[in-house]
Amino acid sequence: MATAHHADHPTGLSRWLFTTNHKDIGTLYLVFAFTMAVIGGLMSLVIRAELWQPGLQLVDPHFFNQMTTVHALVMIFGFAMPGFVGLANWQIPMMIGAPDMALPRMNNWSFWILPFAATLLILGLFMPGGGPSAGWTLYPPLSAQGGIGTDFTLLSIHLLGMSSILGSINIIATILNMRAPGMTLMKMPMFVWTWLITAFLLIAAMPVLAGAVTMLITDRHFGTSFFDAAGGGDPVLWQHVFWFFGHPEVYILVLPAFGVFSQIIPTFARKQLFGYDSMVYATASIAFLSFIVWAHHMYTVGMPMAGELFFMYATMLIAVPTGVKVFNWISTMWRGSMTFETPMLWAIGGVFTFTIGGLSGLMLAITPVDFQYHDTYFVVAHFHYVIFGASVFGLFAAVYYWMPKWTGHMYNETLGKWHFWLTMLGFTLTFFPQHFLGLAGMPRRIPDYALQFTEFNQWSTVGAFMTIAAQFIFFYLAIKCMKGGERATDKVWEAADGLEWTLSSPPPYHSFTVAPKFK
Amino acid sequence: MSAAHSGNNNYYLPNPSAWPVITSAGLFALALGFILQMNDIKAGPWIMLVGAAIIIYMMIRWFGQVIAESEGGTYNAQVDRSFRWGMAWFIFSEVMFFAAFFGALFYVRQFSVVWLGDTDLLWPGFDAGWPTAGPKGPAPIAADTVPGLNQFSPMGAWGIPAINTLILLTSGATVTWAHWGLLKDNRAQLITGLFMTVALGIAFLAFQAYEYIHAYSELGLTLKTGVYGATFFMLTGFHGLHVTMGTIMLIVILGRSIVGHFRPDHHFGFEAVAWYWHFVDVVWLFLFIFVYWF
Repeated sequence: MATAHHADHPTGLSRWLFTTNHKDIGTLYLVFAFTMAVIGGLMSLVIRAELWQPGLQLVDPHFFNQMTTVHALVMIFGFAMPGFVGLANWQIPMMIGAPDMALPRMNNWSFWILPFAATLLILGLFMPGGGPSAGWTLYPPLSAQGGIGTDFTLLSIHLLGMSSILGSINIIATILNMRAPGMTLMKMPMFVWTWLITAFLLIAAMPVLAGAVTMLITDRHFGTSFFDAAGGGDPVLWQHVFWFFGHPEVYILVLPAFGVFSQIIPTFARKQLFGYDSMVYATASIAFLSFIVWAHHMYTVGMPMAGELFFMYATMLIAVPTGVKVFNWISTMWRGSMTFETPMLWAIGGVFTFTIGGLSGLMLAITPVDFQYHDTYFVVAHFHYVIFGASVFGLFAAVYYWMPKWTGHMYNETLGKWHFWLTMLGFTLTFFPQHFLGLAGMPRRIPDYALQFTEFNQWSTVGAFMTIAAQFIFFYLAIKCMKGGERATDKVWEAADGLEWTLSSPPPYHSFTVAPKFK
Repeated sequence: MSAAHSGNNNYYLPNPSAWPVITSAGLFALALGFILQMNDIKAGPWIMLVGAAIIIYMMIRWFGQVIAESEGGTYNAQVDRSFRWGMAWFIFSEVMFFAAFFGALFYVRQFSVVWLGDTDLLWPGFDAGWPTAGPKGPAPIAADTVPGLNQFSPMGAWGIPAINTLILLTSGATVTWAHWGLLKDNRAQLITGLFMTVALGIAFLAFQAYEYIHAYSELGLTLKTGVYGATFFMLTGFHGLHVTMGTIMLIVILGRSIVGHFRPDHHFGFEAVAWYWHFVDVVWLFLFIFVYWF
């Protein structure tokens, strides 16, 4: 039935513009995400090149600030989030035994908002007065003062948010309504579980960001006083509303990666996931806690003592479910029959770097200690260990794990391992020294620094260029794998478990036209 | 065509569609035009107009296609459930959007205005209270009285807002009555109920328009009246925008009811609009209590 139907489908550009197919849309998301990663990566190189030595050499400070701001926005909204939505699109229907996503036309719409939103975001940089330079957190009064470039950014955020909300609605409807008979909620693959919870977080958090951005726009152009004390408002109000979105956002970025780790580690340890139920409950607990910890980003802003204490304890509580997850991954590997193919390397590497990032997060959670670390490079090191070390590692792990299924070809294992080890080395070289820089007092978002910080900064810069260079291996490998190579079997990995491995490699156009029997 | 996927047991998978990407282009034009307009660039409003035209045209065509598919019997019960989940979570996202503005209102009233009044260092002589337009804004006087120079009068609760509360609550009842009519296959009750609901929605909007004119022309209360004006107009304004959208949605399903759409066992479109209308109703109750009353 599905093959007879192929004739109706346009080819060439219109295939991609008009597609309602979850695999095509997943591919679009992934291609978009990695394109944005290149743009954001180049911006990070501008930052690192400027920080190669003290003093101002390459760019002026205003442009440097634009780079830190737009690098973050591009990487978060353009790379990490769309990357994981791409994975969700490809994988969720195959993992739950569905023919496609629940709302295929809306699926296309959620993707095609993104290139337009990204255009606005990048266009902002070329406007008179430059792009946004207030940092990605867009704190007023600085963000209230920027020129038209800031307006481009704010409207771009509105569109990006719409895309995320629509995509998440689709993911929830798919998971709740399209599972194969017999797949109860507590039998779902962990990747599906983490995406269900992530989608909930997105629908709850993105509209709050839309509200905050709307207030900023009206303060900038329509005379409201939300963030202006002269009119009875308060710039700190922005921080509260922004971080009410911003903290769930970091779990939005990391939970799908947790799901990926939970798929890959059992496969290459040749054991079942240890503590499946506790994994589900831990994910849900993290999601709940993410909504009551936002002000730990604001310890130094002058909150009442009760607030400082509440947010400190609530934040430290997150270490409990997170610890459960790390414990479960390690227990899954315990006495497993382990092999270290590229996806497994990325997954173990991701668990390792995430654990470091989680522990530095615990340090930052402690209010009096944070007074010392706030807005230093320690924070930069921490969140790159989490967003790069967990989210991006998870994204790469997933792409290597499922690429043979998607393309029907095995990738080049040697190149994959080179990609992992060079990235791991470059990543560590870039971000590990930043812990020391921050502890020694180097502030973030400043293009110049004191002489004694030079050596660590130079390591960091070398690491950044190395990391970016290593990604060319990945692009070469991925394109080669799409074009050909050793045929992949349906199961691909010896101990792979799940419905997606029962389909052919590459899978048919409509994944499951007839719902499979599950267990 | 798509019949291949729409057998009784198969989930309906639509063919490739141009509407989503056209919609995105329309949104892009709308956003770009809005940016230019805010920065006083002449082309702005025209680009916005193009964007709005694209979006309105898309809505008529895309939604028209969905309605035709629905009435043509392509959707099975599972597709219906997907739509229901979709609409429910969309409404939840709207709830969170309003939560941001309510959060701002509560924060300002409970914390920041109080703190502003606690210190005489920055703004000597500023007495914290609510409503307020802040230390530099006009001074508040009693509700619904005529302000003098550098004064404003906040909006009272028991005039138009109380009437509007009654109107919206009644409209919630009439739309439910219409739904009962649909379930009993009583077309006349369905159409009458929807007609009354639309009329009440329009009455609400007319009263609110009058209230805004009253605020701007007589009470000295505008969007620029400090944080009170900002929260008042943004909260009630976004609510009014949602009532407008809800009314348009009601008009669409009224039209569909008149031409014979919906069956007692197949009317997701009706229910989605009814849910949306009840949501708008509940938001109003919070507005009435926290923006107008207390």
